[in-house]
Amino acid sequence: MLTNFQKTKILSIFTAIVMLIANYMIFFYLPQMRGGAGELLGSSFKIFYFHLPIAITSYLAFFVVFVASILYLKKGTHNWDVLARSSAEIGLIFAALVLVTGSIWGHATWGVYWTWNDIRLVTSLVLFLVYIAYLMMRQAIEEPEKRARLSAVFGIVGFASVPLSFLSIRIWQSYAHPLMFGQGVQESGGGLEGTSLKLTLIVNFIAYFLLYATILAYKVQNENIQEEISAKKQSLE
Amino acid sequence: MIRSLHIAAKDLKAEFRTKQMLNSMVIFSLLVIVIFSISFGDLLGDSKIVSQLAPGVLWISFTFAGMLGLSRSFASELENGCLEGLKLCPVDRSAIYNGKIISNAVIMFLVEIITVPLFVVLFNFNITGLFELAIVILLGTIGFISVGTLLSALTVNTRTRELLLPVLLLPVIIPVIIPAVVATGKILTNGDISDISGELRLLLVYDVIFFVIAQLVFEYAIGD
Repeated sequence: MLTNFQKTKILSIFTAIVMLIANYMIFFYLPQMRGGAGELLGSSFKIFYFHLPIAITSYLAFFVVFVASILYLKKGTHNWDVLARSSAEIGLIFAALVLVTGSIWGHATWGVYWTWNDIRLVTSLVLFLVYIAYLMMRQAIEEPEKRARLSAVFGIVGFASVPLSFLSIRIWQSYAHPLMFGQGVQESGGGLEGTSLKLTLIVNFIAYFLLYATILAYKVQNENIQEEISAKKQSLE
Repeated sequence: MIRSLHIAAKDLKAEFRTKQMLNSMVIFSLLVIVIFSISFGDLLGDSKIVSQLAPGVLWISFTFAGMLGLSRSFASELENGCLEGLKLCPVDRSAIYNGKIISNAVIMFLVEIITVPLFVVLFNFNITGLFELAIVILLGTIGFISVGTLLSALTVNTRTRELLLPVLLLPVIIPVIIPAVVATGKILTNGDISDISGELRLLLVYDVIFFVIAQLVFEYAIGD
């Protein structure tokens, strides 16, 4: 039987390979993109293949936080808290990357880094802020049991507010939204119709899910080791 | 239900004896309005711009004043172990939550009743849809208070509670602030109830969802 350490090692090697393939496909396998009028789209569009998988992965990470928080409150098992904490940290990194890649792409296609007119931009920012608050809260509490319990409550409340923010931001600027984002993705004639494009996107999705899983596995392992050490330290004192 | 009313009555009684929180909240929300009026300066000469800025200013002053009240809501129970006493009461934990919601909401409404006329005077408004405005403020405040009370209970056990509450609360109440501001803006520019039905629906959904979630998790937030 393999130990946990060997399993994560195999997972990380596998992730690295898929990641390399995914990047190779983006830069060498993809054909030139053409816009609706047949004009060549710049290579800036390629960032889409990072951007979308990262965004979906960050949602997944926060959903894991939500589920782990509920299970922690229900079962009281320590492992769920470790999972929630680890997933929140990784999700926050992915959410930050979403904002960064989105801004870069926005600058290339719309000419501005940030606009308050796009619902998805503002929602991602709100999501990012909610989980920054989550991690700040974890830092503010010393006692492990209390920290786990209180942050589980906030993990549930925070996640529930996100779909509502999406709706409310839509009300806020329903008139300005439509054109902005669509142009690069769905509406620019042939957008994502080719097989090679879809394949690249799928491979990238798999690559980023695997990346998330690998980091999560390492993070959970680290947290467990850390706790083992502090427990041993305490028994020595 | 009757028990939560008892808890609310206790809170309000304690509050009206000192009027500490109420006074500082009213003065604070007035100060927010004044600071905004000063910082916008010349812009306020144009009535068109005023009607765009005013709803935001009004809700910022409500939010900040409310935050002030919420941070005291559970912290005031810490003295002499009142919170322990409250937890020992032979009532359901959610009764404590409901009682706190009622008392916090009553204090917020009082602050708003005082703030709105001042706001009307300072920003030269002529509010036609007073009834619609009351509905929007009612729903918005209930949503704000139902999340705020939960997070106030959550942060009361932490070391940095006064700092932590705004950080936790502000991102979570974005979905209630946005429709409230939009709806207030529409009312101030002579919209009627059919214009704001979408916003009202969202506010109602928010209120219900967070009230239910808070009922379910409050027990864990307040501790053993």
